[in-house]
Amino acid sequence: MTSTDAVTGAPIGIAGVTKRYADSVALDDVTLDVRGGEFLTLLGASGSGKSTLLNIIAGFLEPTEGAVSVDGRDITKVPPHRRGLGMVFQHYALFPHMSVADNVAFPLRRQKVARRDIPGRVRDALAVVQLEHLAGRRPSELSGGQQQRVALARAIVARPRVLLMDEPLGALDKLLREQLQLEIRRLHQELGITFVFVTHDQDEALAMSDRIALLRDGSIVQVGSPQSLYERPNCRYTAEFVGASNLFRGTADGGVLVDEVTGVRLRVPGTGRGAVCVLVRPERMHVGARDVTVPPDCDVAHGIVEDCIYLGSSRRVEVRLTGGRTVVLRTDVPRGGDEVRHGADVTVWWRVDDAAVLADDPAGTADPEPSGVLAAQH
Amino acid sequence: MTRLLVRGGLSALALVTGIYLLLPVLVVVPTSFSASSFLKFPPEGLSTRWYQSFVDDPSWMDALSTSARVAVLSSVCSVVLGVLAALGLVRGRFPFRSGVTALVVAPIIVPYVIVGLSVYIAFLRLGLTQTTVGMVLVHTALAVPYVAINVASGLATFDRRLELAAMSLGAGPVATFFRITLPVIAPSVLAGAVFAFITSWDEVVVAIFLSGPDLSTLPVRMWSGVRVQIDPTVAAVSSLSLLATVGVFAGVGAAALARRWVRRHRAPLIVDLQGATS
Repeated sequence: MTSTDAVTGAPIGIAGVTKRYADSVALDDVTLDVRGGEFLTLLGASGSGKSTLLNIIAGFLEPTEGAVSVDGRDITKVPPHRRGLGMVFQHYALFPHMSVADNVAFPLRRQKVARRDIPGRVRDALAVVQLEHLAGRRPSELSGGQQQRVALARAIVARPRVLLMDEPLGALDKLLREQLQLEIRRLHQELGITFVFVTHDQDEALAMSDRIALLRDGSIVQVGSPQSLYERPNCRYTAEFVGASNLFRGTADGGVLVDEVTGVRLRVPGTGRGAVCVLVRPERMHVGARDVTVPPDCDVAHGIVEDCIYLGSSRRVEVRLTGGRTVVLRTDVPRGGDEVRHGADVTVWWRVDDAAVLADDPAGTADPEPSGVLAAQH
Repeated sequence: MTRLLVRGGLSALALVTGIYLLLPVLVVVPTSFSASSFLKFPPEGLSTRWYQSFVDDPSWMDALSTSARVAVLSSVCSVVLGVLAALGLVRGRFPFRSGVTALVVAPIIVPYVIVGLSVYIAFLRLGLTQTTVGMVLVHTALAVPYVAINVASGLATFDRRLELAAMSLGAGPVATFFRITLPVIAPSVLAGAVFAFITSWDEVVVAIFLSGPDLSTLPVRMWSGVRVQIDPTVAAVSSLSLLATVGVFAGVGAAALARRWVRRHRAPLIVDLQGATS
């Protein structure tokens, strides 16, 4: 009777899914297993195929090849209205001719839920998103955030075991977006069902997901927890797409890499001979006066401070290294102030353990992520 | 200063145009209440005898019922066909789409005289002249473009994600159409239906070809009435016909207003929700 009925999330299997159009390939042989009850984010730039994949799961698109299963059952040929999945759209897609309550009641009526149960379930669903007081309103009378919460209530009222979300926060402003991120996470924990969430916003993906699948040009680049994508990217594309990154590249030889631009020597223990990239995240780098004493387990570079931005809890420092690269650092603000100011000659260092060695893929510059500044700008 | 002049000038122009358009219509109404036996303006005396004569004359009554029947049936048919045509034209992906669009719109471009003559020749052979079916067929063809154009413009701004949402919520294609698509585009369908009704109601050219002693519509009866004898009954019929047209538009407007009023003053639904679970 009530929404406390145990509903468990269904696993989703995506096996060798390809979507081909007359002159392009939107998805190229994608295989992905979404675990029951997890919050999985499909992250990627526009055109990466993340929405195509979601639409194939929802049944709005049919894959050219491959199969989709939910809870072990092949649903590739099942029409969308018989899949029993909830879906939330970027532009809410609330029915304008119905009240909020009627919108939320719509899936219950379609699924022939007993008439006397409908008002209670509508109210419960609206209570989950804290909008019971607006049940009688029209969608056009609500703000964007309220509309999206109604859309959420409508998508979960029929207790689907999977909830699909296509950039649901994309049309909202920043503050509201962060608020709804929390709300959606809370919803996920309360409902315990499988969430598949599409976004192009890496911060959103990091903040919300159990796991992230990063897509690029119709293929999955890497799947893993936010932490593993951020700290152990498997390629340059991931490194640059997820978070800001400082990259050095060159040919490794005998456990040492000499950066081809700056000549900085980096220790890459256990790496064989060959072209590699080394990633150091901004918060792993340290900066100090030119004559500072650097611990022995750290690699070192020198440069001039180009910019130093005070951010309250931290500061963002851009250092132009001797030879040409600009690296970005995020460091604590020392209590008494220090030598790090615009134009200062400084030393930058980082622990060898904090640097990640990546295979170098030359085509791998991520387009939508300019905050990583530097990388390969030569 | 010049703005004031321009605005004043435009208002005056609008007023004069309005009077120019309405005056002939307004002449007919007083004329219909004339006591005299001749169509004359200004009317002499005041009486309702010509309304009485309209009601008493079976040939007028037959024409009225024919017109009403044909107008209602042809607007129903043209709404069904016009909505389907609009769906196909807006959403279909097929060769010669622009050609098909032209074909659907053709009936309002081809001169009615030509339509009338060619339909007459065809229908003579089929035995459809002077029949309700024949009349409905032609008026449907003439009205479909109005419905199709109205509905197509409604569909063009329709957000198809609503349909995807409905499907994801368990509605099949049929339920999605009748519960989401049709209600959302209802205003343009209704506008098309009103156009269709009016088109049939006052269509005279084609109707003249298809009418005869056995069957004739109100406008045709009026036309032949004026030709045979100049009798103020025609003025009475005109006034009633005018009333019917105004009535249709007023009805649509009132319905829209009422709906808005109900929406604004309806008790919040949450009350029902609480009531239902207690």
